[in-house]
Amino acid sequence: MIKNALFILSLTLVVVACSSDDSTPEEENNDSFDRQALLVNWADNIIVPSYTAFTTETNNLVSATNSFTENPTVETLQQVRLTWIEASLAFQHVSMFEIGKAEALNYRNRINVYPTNTSEIDGLIADGNYDFSLPSTIDAQGFPAMDYLINGLASSDEEIVAFYTTNENAENYKAYLNTLAETISTLTETVLNDWNNGYRDTFVNNTSSSASGSVDKLANDYVFYYEKALRAGKVGIPAGVFSNEPLPEKVEAFYKEDISKQLALEALQATQDFFEGKKFGGTSKGESFKSYLAYLNTIKNGENLGNLITAQFETSKSKLEGLNTNFSLQIENDNSKMLTAYNELQRNVILLKVDMLQAMDISVDYVDADGD
Amino acid sequence: MSTTLKTYFTKQTQAAPLAVFRVFFGVMMFASIIRFWVNGWIEKLYISPKFHFSYYGFEWVHPLGNFTYILFAICAISALLVAVGFKYRVAIITFFLSFTYIELMDKTTYLNHYYFISCVSFLMIFLPANSYFSFDAKNLKKASFYVPNWTIDSIKLMLAVVYLYAGLAKLNSDWLLKAMPLKIWLPSKYDIPFLGNLMQQEWVHYAFSWSGALYDLAIPFLLVFRRTRWFAFIVVIIFHVLTRVLFPIGMFPYIMIVSALIFFDASVHHKILQFISKIFRINKAEIDSQIKTVFFQKKKNISKTIIAFFLLVQLIFPWRYLAYPGELFWTEEGYRFSWRVMLMEKAGYAQFKVKDSVSGKQFYVDNSDFLNTFQEKQMSFQPDFILEYAHYLGEHFAAQGHENLEVYVESYVALNGRLSQPFIDPTVNLLQEKESFKHKSWILKFNDDIKGL
Repeated sequence: MIKNALFILSLTLVVVACSSDDSTPEEENNDSFDRQALLVNWADNIIVPSYTAFTTETNNLVSATNSFTENPTVETLQQVRLTWIEASLAFQHVSMFEIGKAEALNYRNRINVYPTNTSEIDGLIADGNYDFSLPSTIDAQGFPAMDYLINGLASSDEEIVAFYTTNENAENYKAYLNTLAETISTLTETVLNDWNNGYRDTFVNNTSSSASGSVDKLANDYVFYYEKALRAGKVGIPAGVFSNEPLPEKVEAFYKEDISKQLALEALQATQDFFEGKKFGGTSKGESFKSYLAYLNTIKNGENLGNLITAQFETSKSKLEGLNTNFSLQIENDNSKMLTAYNELQRNVILLKVDMLQAMDISVDYVDADGD
Repeated sequence: MSTTLKTYFTKQTQAAPLAVFRVFFGVMMFASIIRFWVNGWIEKLYISPKFHFSYYGFEWVHPLGNFTYILFAICAISALLVAVGFKYRVAIITFFLSFTYIELMDKTTYLNHYYFISCVSFLMIFLPANSYFSFDAKNLKKASFYVPNWTIDSIKLMLAVVYLYAGLAKLNSDWLLKAMPLKIWLPSKYDIPFLGNLMQQEWVHYAFSWSGALYDLAIPFLLVFRRTRWFAFIVVIIFHVLTRVLFPIGMFPYIMIVSALIFFDASVHHKILQFISKIFRINKAEIDSQIKTVFFQKKKNISKTIIAFFLLVQLIFPWRYLAYPGELFWTEEGYRFSWRVMLMEKAGYAQFKVKDSVSGKQFYVDNSDFLNTFQEKQMSFQPDFILEYAHYLGEHFAAQGHENLEVYVESYVALNGRLSQPFIDPTVNLLQEKESFKHKSWILKFNDDIKGL
């Protein structure tokens, strides 16, 4: 009898085990780190305000572009240029959040793939027929394409303006430039609207510890952004780290020439602020990767990883600050300084990707195979 | 051979436990293969990657393109045939070969569970698991109520080895004194119902570490003794259910739970078989009455010798790490195939530098050009993966026309929550190094000390 009872008990336990896959998160408790507070700080104090600010800049960019194409003069061109710089800088604050709608839209690539493909752009303008939602046009749109059209068509502003006035394809040039600005603006508004209309709650409430949980996903996006877009894209690739020769033509904002350092510094500051949970446009700090690491360290009693990462951000910043405003020139004149800056940026890849993700028990670009 | 040993080998016992083991093993394997297939892992792990990591000596084993699906189909069908005991010997050999081939295709997917399955299926080739409650046993000449005692004991011993060695491996300072890696793993399970809050408590990490080690070391003995058997079985279920809830370990907990049934008396197994018979409308009593052979007909074969040798190897093999200098967790020389299950948390980062030794020109490799994220992850902290990949890169770039090639790696590894530190000597041209069973001197020294086994 007892044996039978035990046997049934065992069977029940097995059944429970089999059906316990889809566990729903329980309400938050006081002892553990409050992931919801982390997500709320990210969403409400950093991500949404960053997108909101960027949307304003993209709207300015569209109106400046429209004014220019209605009345192409050196003055209106310079106005486009100013708004383009402001928008490019603001973009550095949202580029790392490739999650939700942004992920679905392939947002970062639509806005900022460089080097831009000038021959393709020339071809599309001559043709007058293009669809920026096609993957093939990914390197013919966004800020880099605008860079080419407002900075790179000719050496003097007068000559550039001529493309929009006396050139036989002037109308096509205008249309292309307008479409570029409008596409940037539309894409950004789509992402921001999604955050404002439901996604914020989805994001904040997805406190699951699984790979599909918001913290895991954004941590992966963040590390990916830092490694690929910031470290490699802005510094490593043009410095020739991944090729036989340096590739100075692959710097960001190549045609504008003198803002590649400013953009890199802006991006680095944005990633550091996000790491530390600093409110967008403010100084107060909320829950963050850093505070999460501090919490985990109270359990682990190991090295203070958060401080190490912050210190490394500072070192990287100081190395970047020592470079020429134009990375292209820096690479041609003294690439070793560029490589030094790269090495400092690289150190944080290891601290973020290996040490931080291990401490948080987050799998890198999770593959859902079984573990041991 | 001593007389006690001789008498031991003549001892016979009921075949029912072996039959139940065969049925459950076959069904579990069938389910595992189907699950693997349905999850899309055949495509993701074996077909889409450009490059596969081979085991030393098994470089000739490759995925078979789309035929890989056929291989899995063969494996699944043979598992079913094992379950029903139809053409058992052919079926279990086919299963062992196809399953083991699959595991050898890419060591990225190495799991102790898979090795366990290869071991058990190898063992089963030599066991008369089809002599009862099987299609083969419809031929009454082949049917038998009884099998030699040692056939069942060999499976018990195999299971005992798995648990014992898993337990011994936990007797180290990281596991017992630092509660690592559970201190990393458990807090991240904050959203598990009821337990999420507990998972944050330091004492829970220690309690889990110690009871885990104790469980592994004690459970074989608790299962062997009749008085503690039911208690042990309940503990087996609780333990494996808990691991299932906490960690992504697939089918393994269920396989271990049903495997532990082998320790029970035949009466329990007859009940299980009766239960199965009811579902499939088999008249067990009638079949039983037809079987005339009471004693297992002993054919002259070498099964005993092979199994004895195999189990001896099982006992010795996990100790091979002692032949290597350095910290086992760091170098992983002798780490695999030793029942070191869920034992450490290791993560790495490896950046490969391809250099022209004459011109001095160099560039770094983007690993995502060649490896999927799972492969890159596994590669980044295992020296043999790093070496194999370096050679692959060498061949790749040589084929592209690069000359005077040298391949270096800058790598960092974090082990059990320690701060990451350099892993492989960045000044060593890996193309000059060959894979072998010798110690890899180009692994940098681990700058900490983990005491214990």
